[in-house]
Amino acid sequence: MGKGPILQAPETFFIAPLSRPAPGSVGKTGSWRTSKPVVYEDKCTGCMLCWLYCPENTILKTSNGKVAIDYDYCKGCGVCAAVCPFEAIDMVSEV
Amino acid sequence: MVINLRKLPDKKYIMPGNAACPGCPETMGLRYVKMALGDNVVLVIPAGCSSVIQGISPYSGINAPILNIVFAAAASAATGMKAAFEAMGKDDVHVVVWAGDGGTGDIGFQALSGAAERDEDIIYICVDNEAYMNTGIQRSSLTPYGAWTTTTWKGKKEHKKNIPMILISHGVKYVATASVGYPTDFIEKLQRASKIKGFRYIHLLAPCPVGWRFDPALTAKVAQLAVETGLFPLYEYINGEFKLSPIAKRYKDPSKRKPIIEYLKLQGRYRHLLDKPEEIKKIEEYIENTWKLIETLEESFAPGKDRGKKIFDAL
Ligand SMILES: Cc1ncc(C[n+]2csc(CCOP(=O)(O)OP(=O)(O)O)c2C)c(N)n1
Ligand code: SF4
Ligand code: SF4
Ligand code: SF4
Repeated sequence: MGKGPILQAPETFFIAPLSRPAPGSVGKTGSWRTSKPVVYEDKCTGCMLCWLYCPENTILKTSNGKVAIDYDYCKGCGVCAAVCPFEAIDMVSEV
Repeated sequence: MVINLRKLPDKKYIMPGNAACPGCPETMGLRYVKMALGDNVVLVIPAGCSSVIQGISPYSGINAPILNIVFAAAASAATGMKAAFEAMGKDDVHVVVWAGDGGTGDIGFQALSGAAERDEDIIYICVDNEAYMNTGIQRSSLTPYGAWTTTTWKGKKEHKKNIPMILISHGVKYVATASVGYPTDFIEKLQRASKIKGFRYIHLLAPCPVGWRFDPALTAKVAQLAVETGLFPLYEYINGEFKLSPIAKRYKDPSKRKPIIEYLKLQGRYRHLLDKPEEIKKIEEYIENTWKLIETLEESFAPGKDRGKKIFDAL
């Protein structure tokens, strides 16, 4: 089959429901937490393992090469604290 | 190849505030897919947790164009989509199926097998959390022996169906196993797969804290333990060459493997068999058999050798 635009614009259109990527598609999920990760900057080496493993993308890289948490959306799973090789993250109860 | 974590893209590939449970392995995996393949990706997602994780219209928690589709049609819809992109001259788009273990091994299997046999130019990823999680933890053919689910109250009586081996027997270009416990290994495999034309299959182990009954903080650890105990070997099969992945090589030696009990005891789904040595032995035997098969494949599909001869002669 040759390359190039062989498709013609259809004469009839149907409208499919479209969603667009946006934060908070189910709201501020920070309210789901029962404990929150707290980063100890002095212990953090900036290895970025927590950033890599966080399922929520709520670990933010800071300008000094370390990390901070987006508490609006962090669900408090504790994965970051579990993977940190330097014990630089503690889970602190919020209830 | 060593991946520098600082050089990986820091885009919000998973949008915070999505509907996934805390500690979800599927959102982890989706981030890595986009980190590896970039923005020129369209996802085809059959029913499952990843359909729901997207959240509520008009917003989506996954930062990629997605076609949500019925179970039975994922691989065929991807086939058609790829053909349409090619007809439009957009040859560089990666069409990626992202399907659960139920969607892959049971309900979507005929379409998967068909697309593999036709060597369609798509990447198919099975995100394997070893049960139908989205509908409430029912057994699938990929649930392992002994595991509790809501339809196997006393533990499943059958072993896990070995989908990657079934795909290797289809003679496709690329098959790999990966685990969310080793993201850079998964990313490297995706990058290698993305350079190959034809059908590519990656089987991603995705421990689910909800269905496997473990503390959500442990998703990555459980995913690593599956490899460290020898239960889930990581390997690649590329154009007729079979090789163990660097992290998994050492577990060829049984004395290097962690005892399987370390893996089982973290998970509530195995609670009923912790005090039954004969049940644990069955799982240990399964591990032994898995490695016997791996050794045969390594020998048979070794680089530079008469590839696959031993296996294909036997068929
Ligand atoms: C034909 C059909 N049967 C059943 C369902 C209901 N259903 C929706 S999601 C799902 C579970 C999917 O399990 P899996 O593919 O393992 O993905 P997971 O939810 O674990 O990510 C089921 C059974 C459906 N949508 N369509
Ligand atoms: S894993 Fe620990 S040391 Fe590494 S960046 Fe995160 S907090 Fe810092
Ligand atoms: S607790 Fe979980 S969601 Fe929150 S920052 Fe850590 S890994 Fe991410
Ligand atoms: S049930 Fe498991 S796989 Fe599904 S969204 Fe929850 S954590 Fe993720």
